Amino acid sequence: MNSIMIGNQQETSEKTDRSYPLAVQDLTVAYHRKPVLWDVGFNIPAGSLVGIVGPNGAGKSTLLKAVMGIAPIASGKVQIFGKPYKKMRQRVGYVPQKESVDWDFPVTALDVVTMGLYNQIGWCKPVRNQHRTQALQAMESVGIAELANRQISELSGGQQQRTFLARALVQNADLYLMDEPFAAVDAATENAIIQMLRKMKEDGRTSLVIHHDLQTVPSYFDHVILLNMRVVADGPVQDVFNEDNLQKTYGGRLTLLDEVSEAMRRRERSL
Amino acid sequence: MNSRIQILSDHFLEIISFHFQPAIAQNSTTWDFLKRLILLEDYNTRVVLLGTAMLGCAAGVVGVFTLLRKRALMGDAISHATLPGITLSFLLASVWGWNEKSLPLLLLGATITGLLGVIAILAIRNLTKLKEDTALGVILSVFFGAGISLLGVIQQMPRGHAAGLESFIFGKTASMVANDAVFIAAASFLSLSFCILFFKELRLLCFDEGFTGSRGYPVLTLDLLLMTAVVIISIVGLQAVGLIMIVALLVTPAASARFWTDSLGSMTCISACIGTVSGITGSAISAIYPKLPSGAMIVLVCAACFATSVATGTRRGLVIRTLRRRRMNQSIEKQHFLRTMFELSEPRNGSTPNSEVSVSQLTTARSWTERTLQSNIRRATKNEWVTRIGQRIKLTKKGRIEAERLTREHRLWELFLIHHADVALSRVDREADHIEHVLEPEIVAELESLLSEDQRTLPESPHDLAHHNLSSELTESFDQLGISREIADQEEPV
Repeated sequence: MNSIMIGNQQETSEKTDRSYPLAVQDLTVAYHRKPVLWDVGFNIPAGSLVGIVGPNGAGKSTLLKAVMGIAPIASGKVQIFGKPYKKMRQRVGYVPQKESVDWDFPVTALDVVTMGLYNQIGWCKPVRNQHRTQALQAMESVGIAELANRQISELSGGQQQRTFLARALVQNADLYLMDEPFAAVDAATENAIIQMLRKMKEDGRTSLVIHHDLQTVPSYFDHVILLNMRVVADGPVQDVFNEDNLQKTYGGRLTLLDEVSEAMRRRERSL
Repeated sequence: MNSRIQILSDHFLEIISFHFQPAIAQNSTTWDFLKRLILLEDYNTRVVLLGTAMLGCAAGVVGVFTLLRKRALMGDAISHATLPGITLSFLLASVWGWNEKSLPLLLLGATITGLLGVIAILAIRNLTKLKEDTALGVILSVFFGAGISLLGVIQQMPRGHAAGLESFIFGKTASMVANDAVFIAAASFLSLSFCILFFKELRLLCFDEGFTGSRGYPVLTLDLLLMTAVVIISIVGLQAVGLIMIVALLVTPAASARFWTDSLGSMTCISACIGTVSGITGSAISAIYPKLPSGAMIVLVCAACFATSVATGTRRGLVIRTLRRRRMNQSIEKQHFLRTMFELSEPRNGSTPNSEVSVSQLTTARSWTERTLQSNIRRATKNEWVTRIGQRIKLTKKGRIEAERLTREHRLWELFLIHHADVALSRVDREADHIEHVLEPEIVAELESLLSEDQRTLPESPHDLAHHNLSSELTESFDQLGISREIADQEEPV
């Protein structure tokens, strides 16, 4: 097992602790004959804000999908609060990549946010006003309530991302899995998202966020997982987010190293 | 030579008159028949029309979801894959001495090979690295080819009376009896209720497959159910529309509906209506002229609806888009013209307020061609914003109010872009009637205060702005704030 357990919780690593919002053990995922993830393992402590970084094709999105059982798991075990995902679905909110859907689809922003409640509403039952009110509250919390009746293609990139966030928020989950929520959004949206993530952390919720901008990792996250088909390192940012590990993760592809170490130094100074 | 042409044309006329002979022209006129058809006096016609109406309605609704799931061509592959099933069951029935024209038997065969086609497509897509369109192409042609070969075999048979089988290819409502129509209506109703019952789930599936899966919905099962609905439509549509053209009934109404609306609910309703109308009209025409295959008629009516929607659709139609673009260009021109007029007539260097502006001044002010400028002046005169005396142009009181408002909005937007560069791009809407309609009151207030820094004369409420003569103050504060000198230089000739 390649994993390095987070912090001082190593003692409990042998049997998955019930309190972990997410525990992954020996996870191997393969599409056709090509493995995408190999023996991935890590535990995420409750109430943490965890970033996943790694080069393109490192299996970051696949990892999130495997956690939710929508990628083919060849072997390994995933537990959410000590139980299989199927039983804990209500406690997990998912924000897919913005590019994964067709934004020309004939629905309004409110329709999209309401989709987060479909499980709750139940099969074949119609969406009622109470659900719309709930969805509107979630939209309010990410600052897009006034766009509720806009067709989604009329939203800007940042507003579309906020719509997706609201759809996950409306579920009121305890663990959030987000696939590149900061990709191609304006600075205001990026700021709003990070404020929201911090607020969620204060509320004791856990977030696992795929992130592409290495420079902001030290200021945004308190834990980080460096992934490249395997877990290169995971743990508190100040312990594992260093040049050595980044080199192992990105190899020759990393050109931002200097800037990252600069960002780390800034963080140390501010602490 | 002449006589030969004569013979040819006679022959042609004969063909025409033969093919377009109305169904019951022998003992009644076409109009009588049409009347009977419209009034649904004939029981069989009534039931057949009901059947095709239900079929069109269901195909329209199912089509919306296959279109949005980007599986529009799946219907085509499925329907082509039914031909070998039809011919095989015909062959086997005649070999075993059963009634080879029994409809349930033929449709059972059609269903079996149709489903085989779906399975083959999914297998090719999932087990090989080939894309879905490749799989569709392979299966569609192979199954159809097999069906055509078997049809040839049937025609070669000694007691071969394959007559009637072609109607499955091109569709022929005339061959339908009341029982068939009831069967079509029932099967269509089944597909229709599936889509209505699972409307919410299908919307989720078609919009975001990944999220659907993550919420625990069985994506594969939902997809298969949707495909089953397509198979049902294709099978029961064989008689009325024929296997080559049924895809049109699945795709065209849905594609047309998208031009009218941005809501899935309305899109479904509109698509259902177009499908129903096409089904009824197409089969009615075919009932009057039995030589015209109903499938072709239905498809042509669909195509007419599509063409109309592309042109006149209220959301995305070409006409509305052209109009919208023209209206926008005109409003941009109007803004530019009035603002230039306003800035040129602002009191400066001792000139009197609201002075006249010459055409040549305007020409040099912006990159206007003579023609655009003249049409701008004409439009402004028509709206009573300016009066024109020879080569001199003067803002009217009404024009001045409007120009002041536009200039203020312009400057506020410029300020917004400068001070809120981070969020501005997604929020700037210069087409909005008032900046207050787009930006929050606090932001407008902030911009106002930026604009009026040290200018105590500036009014409190933006809407009162027009009643004050504040042009010079505006320009000064504009300058003091250091608002993009380049822009100012470009727009204000020295």
